[in-house]
Amino acid sequence: MSIFVDGKTRVLIQGITGREGVVRAQLMKDYGTNVLAGVTPGRGGREVYGIPVFDSVEQARDRVGEIDASVIFVPAALVKNAALEALAAGVKLLVIVPDRVPIYDVLEIAAAAEEAEARFVGPNTLGLLSPGKAVLGMIGGRAQRAKEWFQPGPVGVSSRSGGMTSAIAYYLSRAGLGLSTIVHVGGDSIVGSSHPEVMELFEKDPETRAVAMFGEIGTTQEERVADLIEQKKFTKPLVAFIGGKAAKSGTRFSHAGAIVDGNRGSYESKVGRLREVGVHVVEAAADIPARIAEILGSKA
Amino acid sequence: MARLYEFQSKALLRGGGVPVPEGAVASSPAEARAIAEKLGRPVVLKIQVWVTGRAGLGGIQFADTPAEAEEKAARLLGMKVKNFVVDKILVEEKLAVEFEYFAGIVMDDAAKRPLLVFSSVGGTGVEDIVRKHPDKVVRRTIDVRTGLREFEARNMVLRSGISGPALLQISDLLTKLASVARVYDARSVEVNPLVRTVDGRILAADCHLVVDDYAVYRHPDLGIEIAREFDRPPTELERVAYKAEEKDYRGTFYFLQMAEKAEEGRTLIGFHGAGGGGSMMSMDAVQSRGFTVANYCDTSGNPPASKVYRAAKVILSQPGIKGYFASGSGVASQEQYNSARGLVKAFAEENLAIPAVIRLGGNFEEEAIQILGTYLQDLPGRVEAFGRDDPPEACAARLADLVAEGGGISHEVRPMKEPLIQTSAYSFATLTGRISIDHSQCLHCESKGCISACAPRILKVDEDGRPVLAISEPEAKKGKCTECLACELYCRFHEKQAVTIELPIPGLKEYRDGIAGKS
Ligand code: SF4
Ligand code: SF4
Repeated sequence: MSIFVDGKTRVLIQGITGREGVVRAQLMKDYGTNVLAGVTPGRGGREVYGIPVFDSVEQARDRVGEIDASVIFVPAALVKNAALEALAAGVKLLVIVPDRVPIYDVLEIAAAAEEAEARFVGPNTLGLLSPGKAVLGMIGGRAQRAKEWFQPGPVGVSSRSGGMTSAIAYYLSRAGLGLSTIVHVGGDSIVGSSHPEVMELFEKDPETRAVAMFGEIGTTQEERVADLIEQKKFTKPLVAFIGGKAAKSGTRFSHAGAIVDGNRGSYESKVGRLREVGVHVVEAAADIPARIAEILGSKA
Repeated sequence: MARLYEFQSKALLRGGGVPVPEGAVASSPAEARAIAEKLGRPVVLKIQVWVTGRAGLGGIQFADTPAEAEEKAARLLGMKVKNFVVDKILVEEKLAVEFEYFAGIVMDDAAKRPLLVFSSVGGTGVEDIVRKHPDKVVRRTIDVRTGLREFEARNMVLRSGISGPALLQISDLLTKLASVARVYDARSVEVNPLVRTVDGRILAADCHLVVDDYAVYRHPDLGIEIAREFDRPPTELERVAYKAEEKDYRGTFYFLQMAEKAEEGRTLIGFHGAGGGGSMMSMDAVQSRGFTVANYCDTSGNPPASKVYRAAKVILSQPGIKGYFASGSGVASQEQYNSARGLVKAFAEENLAIPAVIRLGGNFEEEAIQILGTYLQDLPGRVEAFGRDDPPEACAARLADLVAEGGGISHEVRPMKEPLIQTSAYSFATLTGRISIDHSQCLHCESKGCISACAPRILKVDEDGRPVLAISEPEAKKGKCTECLACELYCRFHEKQAVTIELPIPGLKEYRDGIAGKS
């Protein structure tokens, strides 16, 4: 198994005729993702890389049948509309790739998704990939590379950085440890599926036996993962790296932020909380595979 | 600068019906006097800078008469506070304050909603105050689809222990504050203090609003120059970098200056990252190797070679750097040869004399490493390329070795040279630049290698054996020419240097002239 996506997931691509859309449609299809349709309003009737293009998500659904997931590549200013459209058509998983989506648009998408009991990953995400099954987004860049770099296996990856999602997954594969699903949760401060939400999914996935997490300073995601562990809602071994140790902490301008979060969000707070609940926090991301191997080895 | 000044924030509040003190902003003592005259009562003068604790710095002054206001304004204007020089002051009616409260809206990443915080105690040192009185602090998340409703605000204020006439005034103010935040896409708004005056008015006595960088385009009226959060005004070079990025949406280019000099015992270097997480990790790696980074830079999101080139030129406009470190995540999804070509063009133009370590792991890294290896052998500075199997820590160590071997020479920022282009040259515009081909050279060229170097296949050989566009000029300009720089590099290194690609960076010439003039 895997989380979010497997080879059967029925996938739609919104913005399929754009600069990124075209290139990534090829990646997804070549990789083996079950891509059934694309949408670009006004471009219905065309084909991109053998994938039929429709004028709306609803139209696509009526023609090709239920859609499980939509990968969105439209310009940032149009993301909200595209996401709400997909949710309205009953799509339960969105992967929102674009960067620079206004925060209030993300909040509106979040509210609509919650109501529809749907999930979304991103914005500002490279997406996610379940090795040998499917890729949603642009992880790996080209199908051939993605197949070489990422091998199937028992380790889940959740990362705040796109590049590090691939990097950690590649290092794990190279070390002979395969991957269940790798997820780039997105680089923005508000994302649809943050680390703790991804951890809950990994917890339920029988194939995932350990998880590697790449965290960063800012937001409360990593602290909330620690909370989950404390509440026994996440019980699998977790190895984490937190980036941003050298960043200048600088003057805090927001009193409100300080009142609400205290020092949550800082490097010290994240590392401290994670260690407190028994997470293996490593000093260099390159150390992750060895730690995971140790943990899995000792359990085997 | 998506952070607004107090006077701007208050103007937005006033527009949204939130009561604020009467007053206006002044840039000269005479203006301050005129405002005080118009108000006709004692005033407060407040410097407009983004630092907390202005009162402690002497940045807040009181004046009973217009003459006194003028004199105090003369003292405040021009004052230096941290990285700011005060050029504006807010002149407002002086309030007779009875109570101070606090109100703020921030983004709650767990709830994925805006979070309103209200405290019935506020003022200077609010963080400590609320730590002592947690019972006075109330919070609730806001449903973005309904906004904050009046009764929700009222219940909240009640819970903080406030009743009587202030209750309704404050709850009304909070609902309006939430809608101002929404209308202006504020990532955060803070009113500290929110005050009650002795005559019973409730006013936002101070306010700071930060507009979401990504939504700045919706608010041209705010006149935000750089839609990025800085804790100081941007430097001249940051402005240049931002302008270069502004109109090119292919990938992103972010540039921030961090230090002009190395700290004691450390070495200053230019830093060029790719992708936030990888960049941060790489920066951690160089800093723990004894380097001080002069700047933070990130080119990512599959940028064209032209964008990476511009970033490198900006980084190399910082005098005194002793090394160039480029490194991202190590396993990038973007086509790395674009980054490689951008770096090659920039390094070759600069005739780079300092060592550079380039870690370009990821898609097509073999090609990228080969490009760097083949084209940059003859520079005075040593350039070494690494891939995904080389961790950033090892690359940082390598740069330290190279700097030591090379004797630690400093990069010299020279004035920009205009490229020599024959007026008769064949040329066409690209999305952000211009390509010129000196056809007189091409007649003797057998390889015609520029044609096959062009991956989008937009060049062809005409009847006379000269390379020309195979598509229309408007198509090339609209982006069919991807500015990959392959034609120029091929011709420069394998043939007759017939191709010149000009990629202007407005303002950089003047900036460099200024530096060259100083030294
Ligand atoms: S490679 Fe250079 S010299 Fe040869 S045809 Fe092309 S532009 Fe002309
Ligand atoms: S003409 Fe072709 S090779 Fe030259 S920059 Fe444009 S796309 Fe690249």
